[in-house]
Amino acid sequence: MTNEQNPQIESGSQYDVLTDGVFLEDVRRQMLKFATMQLGDSHQAEDAVQEALIGALKNAASFGGRAALKTWIFAILKNKIADTLRQKQRSVNVSSLQRDGDEDEDFSELFDSKGFWQPEERPVAWGNPEASLREGQFWIVFEACLEGLPPKQARVFMMREFIELDADEICAEVNLTTSNLHVLLHRSRLRLRECIENKWYLEGEKNVELS
Amino acid sequence: MLNCHDATRLMSESQERPLSMIERMSLKLHLMMCSGCSNFKEQMGSIRLMTRTFAKGKNEQEKK
Repeated sequence: MTNEQNPQIESGSQYDVLTDGVFLEDVRRQMLKFATMQLGDSHQAEDAVQEALIGALKNAASFGGRAALKTWIFAILKNKIADTLRQKQRSVNVSSLQRDGDEDEDFSELFDSKGFWQPEERPVAWGNPEASLREGQFWIVFEACLEGLPPKQARVFMMREFIELDADEICAEVNLTTSNLHVLLHRSRLRLRECIENKWYLEGEKNVELS
Repeated sequence: MLNCHDATRLMSESQERPLSMIERMSLKLHLMMCSGCSNFKEQMGSIRLMTRTFAKGKNEQEKK
């Protein structure tokens, strides 16, 4: 790589992220995906990612390595997204709130008429969830499960668990009542839990049962 | 008497708001008798951990 005396990088011995195209492209792609999911608009997502990256890379030289830098970049992106959401809220975007007719689902596949677990849907113990976090394959399943959520559920779930906004902030930004938000989060957790259990924790055992 | 659907709702909501005394008691009673919902409770914590780990470190795991 040609890093010919970039004046911004004084401490020449340090890892220089600006020359690491693979890392940057990778992070950018992830940021974009994340931002698009949150904002529901690819242009606004591009803008947020762009600004966050520029902001973060100005200080890149002061970070020791990729992991720390990446955490920092995502922290900035989260703030950018929160800002954008707040502005959006002011210019009330009604259509995006109404597209979710698909969310009037019933959960009769999960619960019987009295509200108890259907026998085959009752949650099973997950063994060692911490170990899953170290398996690359697990994250593919996890991501697929997230993407399988209905859009509005996915959005509030991500706001709550990724961006770590609190309930009041989410209600204000997405224009929901508190009880609506609780319903959406409850549904998203039921679904996500079921998906992870079926696609990951039961996969291994399934082969045994089928034989 | 709480059913499983209500129990999971309370467990979900407890991540956004503190439960009332009565809610906590009835949930506790339900969990004592229901292994499915006890597993659900554990898993709510796991899912939170997974999501936060996913937000941060996924790239590092993918690369190696």
